[in-house]
Amino acid sequence: MTRIVNFAHGAFYMVGAYLAFTLTERLAGTWGFWGGILIAAAVVAVLGALLEIVLLRRIYRAPELFQLLATFGVTLMVQDIVVLIWGPEDLMGRRAPGFRGAVEIMGQLVPAYDLLLIVLGPTVLGLLWLLFHRTRWGVLVRAATQDRDMVAALGVNQKWLFTSVFALGVFLAALGGALQIPRDAVSHSMDLRIIVDVFVVVVIGGLGSVTGAFLAAIIVSELNAFGILIFPKISLVLVFLVMAVVLVIRPYGLFGKAEGAQRTSLGLSIRPWRPFTQAERIAVGAGVLVAASLPLFLGNYALTVGSEILVFVLFAASLHFMMTVGGLASFGHAAYFGLGAYGAAFMVKLFGAPMEVALLMGPLMGLVGAVLFGWFCVRLSGVYFAMLTLAFAQIAWSIAFQWVEVTGGDNGMLGIWPASWASKPAAFFWLVLGVVTVGVCILRVLVFSPFGFALRAARDSTLRSEAIGIDRRNVQWAAFIVAGTFAGIAGVLFAFLKGSVFPDNLGIPISVDGLVMVLLGGIETVSGAVVGAVVYKALAIWLMSQTEMSKLILGAVVVLLVVAFPKGIVGFLEDLRHRRRPASPPAGFKAAKVEAAE
Amino acid sequence: MKLEVSGLNSHYGPAHILFDVAFEVGAGEVVALLGRNGAGKSTTFRSVVGLVSQREGQIRFDGTDISRMPTYDIVRRGLGYVPEDRRIFTELTVEENFSVGLQPPRPGVATWTPERIYQLFPNLGEMRKRPGGQMSGGEQQMLTIGRTLMGNPSLVLLDEPSEGLAPKIVEQMADAILAMRKEGLSIVISEQNLHFAKLISDRAYIIEKGRMRFSGTMAELEANPEIRDAYLAV
Repeated sequence: MTRIVNFAHGAFYMVGAYLAFTLTERLAGTWGFWGGILIAAAVVAVLGALLEIVLLRRIYRAPELFQLLATFGVTLMVQDIVVLIWGPEDLMGRRAPGFRGAVEIMGQLVPAYDLLLIVLGPTVLGLLWLLFHRTRWGVLVRAATQDRDMVAALGVNQKWLFTSVFALGVFLAALGGALQIPRDAVSHSMDLRIIVDVFVVVVIGGLGSVTGAFLAAIIVSELNAFGILIFPKISLVLVFLVMAVVLVIRPYGLFGKAEGAQRTSLGLSIRPWRPFTQAERIAVGAGVLVAASLPLFLGNYALTVGSEILVFVLFAASLHFMMTVGGLASFGHAAYFGLGAYGAAFMVKLFGAPMEVALLMGPLMGLVGAVLFGWFCVRLSGVYFAMLTLAFAQIAWSIAFQWVEVTGGDNGMLGIWPASWASKPAAFFWLVLGVVTVGVCILRVLVFSPFGFALRAARDSTLRSEAIGIDRRNVQWAAFIVAGTFAGIAGVLFAFLKGSVFPDNLGIPISVDGLVMVLLGGIETVSGAVVGAVVYKALAIWLMSQTEMSKLILGAVVVLLVVAFPKGIVGFLEDLRHRRRPASPPAGFKAAKVEAAE
Repeated sequence: MKLEVSGLNSHYGPAHILFDVAFEVGAGEVVALLGRNGAGKSTTFRSVVGLVSQREGQIRFDGTDISRMPTYDIVRRGLGYVPEDRRIFTELTVEENFSVGLQPPRPGVATWTPERIYQLFPNLGEMRKRPGGQMSGGEQQMLTIGRTLMGNPSLVLLDEPSEGLAPKIVEQMADAILAMRKEGLSIVISEQNLHFAKLISDRAYIIEKGRMRFSGTMAELEANPEIRDAYLAV
């Protein structure tokens, strides 16, 4: 409703389940059980409202991606906090009093509790409908969904309106988690599992449509249930396949409505991009030289870490190209990273190719994947685009996970080592440094090429760019393919660095890492991705070695950065520089003035 | 004075839009803000109600400085705003649109109910359950005015109420504005249509490229055709 893409919803679901677990254990009797569930949901709703007031209010005006990032940071923190309070083991909750048995329906035993949930779902849906259509609060929420400013211009304090909507959403999420405890174990990984399902459900149903979400939830759970019976081989893919099909046929979901044209660029700072000056080129060259001299000082472990950081620099730069330059925020960029890695593994394992060949051929997998998936994705925009990329990444992941004969499934593929000349950490570091430097340079040159300009034009205004003869879809498709290919190169390097590939290389965490790196560095800057990747990866590796609570700290850092430095590290530095040297505004702005008036 | 604005400067990003704009509106007065497309009329209104975040200057409403207040707070004090592009809630019915605008009655100011608004705009009374998105442009314009009246304002900023409407509807609109004035409302309308402004207003300001160029009574404007020709497209 509020159009806040809330990643933390899964975390609230999980906390609701844990809290309900504790409360139902402590409180006795039937009243204790149901009361415990309701109290748990209410407590979590209050926590959610606090989070909204303290954190989200500061970033309502920020782009959706920032909200996503901040809530992702919260999710990371909650994961560690939950382990801290309830321990790492899965917990089995109490059975629901009065619903312990099973009912026989058409010769099948159905647990009574499941029947209760089946009734509860439509009841909640009905109550929500009444709330939104029969109360003034609901009318205000629906109005604010369409036009926040106008609601404020009619004297409504939208801050509290959003807080209440958010609290209601959190309450429902926590209630869902709490109601789950008699059926399933409570675990600290349930948040990510559920959030992916929920996103899929919401996107299939159509953003902002409660009925659509409900229908989609039924479809998805049916698919989950029957998929395993009928297509055990592809059960994991099935849901995402359906989502992909739905989005291609009905781009805004089953019940969704077309969104108005949105500016995909963020407009946080209006500072035209420019290529490096001569001095900056020399500085960058010097930086590369310093990096190249590191093997003279650093040990093997540090060099391996350095190589890993460099790999992610290229990965982040490729995502940045798509996201910042192209305005295409991909939530499944790891797909092309992983495809590249698997491409290299196939070359080595199936064809016995040496590293040099794999290095050239591996990225082709990323390229092919991007050609295929990109064709569908560029038909959409905004959140729907992001979700479709996520779906394709999950499909790729599921194939790697379930096609055991070829990919080794969960065991991955081992023994993918570099050629002997590059097997020493120092030599491999230089190889990676070389490839990554060239890759990042090519991407940067592309930004300031006619292709880059066309891409930015298509990002800023679809209509105007099409009016001057830019084929938006093809330009964006090309950008998708470029980004996928460079991500593939990063993936190949990663495979040789680790000596193995696993389905996790295509997984959501790597996609999210990429997003965090780009945003951390500064989404509106050209160099942000590089800086962001170095800082984030170094911080993550260092924290992992220093503390058990790495997620807690990392999450806190992410949240802090979003709130305090929304323009990212590079954007922040550029601001500082401009404040110190107040340059006279370029002549272009004078012309823009007349146009922007009114 | 009901509303006093002086030294108002507004920016969109790096673009400076309004330059030291000043105007005032007395209680019960109808004032026209005239100017061409892009002259800064809408930005002036949006700045007064706080929808332009980068604004500086003195804005006093009923003697209170509102220049730093959030939009909802300004509106709750009785300063109503009707946007140029109407911005009705397309999913909501006529009645629901009204209920978004609802504010408690204000002492000393006319109190509006849906029924009273249907008297003002009889067309709306015939489509109370119709979603705003399925109405004609003229009906939407009536709806957006009615929605703002539901907040019982003492002053209304009306942004180009005659824009894009059929002559017959424009006439109806002028009658409605005169009726609102009879209720004691102060009204500022922005207009490109001089004839329409003449029908209803006492005084006029002319804005051009973000600066005030003229201030005077309608009669004075009549007497200065060169000003009219310089700043208005007639």
